[in-house]
Amino acid sequence: MSNQVPLQEGLFTWPSSQPQLLGSRCSQCAEAAFPAQPDCRSCGSRDTQIIELGDRGILWTWTIQTFMPKEPYLSDETPETFRPYGVGYVEMPGGVRVEARLQANSPEQLKIGMPMQLDIVPFRTDENGEQKMTFSFSAAEKA
Amino acid sequence: MDVAIIGIGLHRFGRSPDMSGMQQGASAVRAALADAGLSWADMQFAYGGSQDAGNADALVNELGLTGLQFTNIWNGCATGGSSLHAAYSAIKSGEYDLGVVVGFDKHPRGAFNPQPKEWGLDDWYGETGLMLTTQFFALKTQRYMHDHGITEDALIRVSEKAFANGSLTPTAWRQQALSYDEIANSAMISDPLRKYMFCSPAEGGAALIICNADKAHQYCSNPLFLKAAAVRTRHYGSFEVFAPSQAMKVADAPTVTASKAAFELAGIGPEDVDVMQLQDTDSGTEIMHMAENGFCKHGEQEKLLREGATGINGSMPINTDGGCLANGEPVGASGLRQVYEVCVQLRGEGGARQVPNNPRVGYTHVYGAPGISGVNIITR
Ligand SMILES: [Zn+2]
Repeated sequence: MSNQVPLQEGLFTWPSSQPQLLGSRCSQCAEAAFPAQPDCRSCGSRDTQIIELGDRGILWTWTIQTFMPKEPYLSDETPETFRPYGVGYVEMPGGVRVEARLQANSPEQLKIGMPMQLDIVPFRTDENGEQKMTFSFSAAEKA
Repeated sequence: MDVAIIGIGLHRFGRSPDMSGMQQGASAVRAALADAGLSWADMQFAYGGSQDAGNADALVNELGLTGLQFTNIWNGCATGGSSLHAAYSAIKSGEYDLGVVVGFDKHPRGAFNPQPKEWGLDDWYGETGLMLTTQFFALKTQRYMHDHGITEDALIRVSEKAFANGSLTPTAWRQQALSYDEIANSAMISDPLRKYMFCSPAEGGAALIICNADKAHQYCSNPLFLKAAAVRTRHYGSFEVFAPSQAMKVADAPTVTASKAAFELAGIGPEDVDVMQLQDTDSGTEIMHMAENGFCKHGEQEKLLREGATGINGSMPINTDGGCLANGEPVGASGLRQVYEVCVQLRGEGGARQVPNNPRVGYTHVYGAPGISGVNIITR
């Protein structure tokens, strides 16, 4: 099995049996952000802390990306192997809506208000055979 | 001191394969100068911008090295609005009496591909396919339809009206009217938005000659007046393009704040506007912008569109030249194309697309990444 590494450090806790999205919270006004920000966009304070935003949320809006984006999109797909993917904003218990890829890729599978769960999934394999992992959401299984 | 518009010029939007973007900008300036009966040497200042077609101040190589103050403006989709605002301020301040505003562009074919770093974002955001304006407009429209009971019927009617107006506009890129069914059955690009509900990057140029209103009658028997020019950026809590996350709290969109500021400057309200241009990068945004600019309540659009209120003969004619949907979007020029069209309407020169009953008050609105709006109010 190939080596798996996060596409970007600091977006989620991983590897972990129950990965969490990471963000930041302002110590002054308590607003949360994703990804973690050193400066607060709400009040301008520089006093922010890294926090776990959770691994479950509610779908706030969605769409389907039907065509393969141009660069800066960087996957290991070709126009022939490209599969449409869902994109949505998910309301996290940490108090922020996070934009993410969705596993579902047809309108029938998606509905505003549906419960979602975080998955850490392979996104592309680079030239050294390393699998780059990213975050994604799918319909939550019954808890 | 009031600000007048005494000349307008357009280089046709669409594709001009034999011309650079810069040449299309120069063509628009020459047309505006001819319209005003002035020459390039009369211009005391210029503001201009383009995204992909070079530095606007290099236009002097085409138009003449006259030594004028020429300032380049780059402000995303609001470039035209920002250039016009700068010219408005230059006249208001009393520093200058006469100048030109110009925008032009020539984009590669296909969708825009913005780079994360230029927007203060990390590479992963673009690499994983989250940084597309088409996605954002679809995501915002999807939620808006859910919140305000808007259906696909409204999205289709916006496009139907745009291409019908384009078919009446000799300078439009797309001059072919499309039927309701052709739009409804076109390919789904980014749910809920279909192929014929999106505008495309294009080419073109637009220019305006701006003048101290006290002196306008020296040059022109029918000056128009730029009563307001306002540009605003986003507040914390508004849902904007290129945002890896959004706050839960809700703030007014920059369109709402720019619109309010412009109405306050002009001393009039939305009910006084006779003809308008609202940014329509896609049919969903035109619907949202109707309410964000104060022309109706959220949710009323469905009924207004069904009744034809936004058509040329309706009570609130929107995008009489077909807007971005029928003209495409050369980013640097698009906001000034809107002003050009409103001026054509206020002068009564709209021909087959002329709004009836001698419109007196015009309104233009642009919106662009990463959450910026420009509004202008123009009167006879
Ligand atoms: Zn804060």
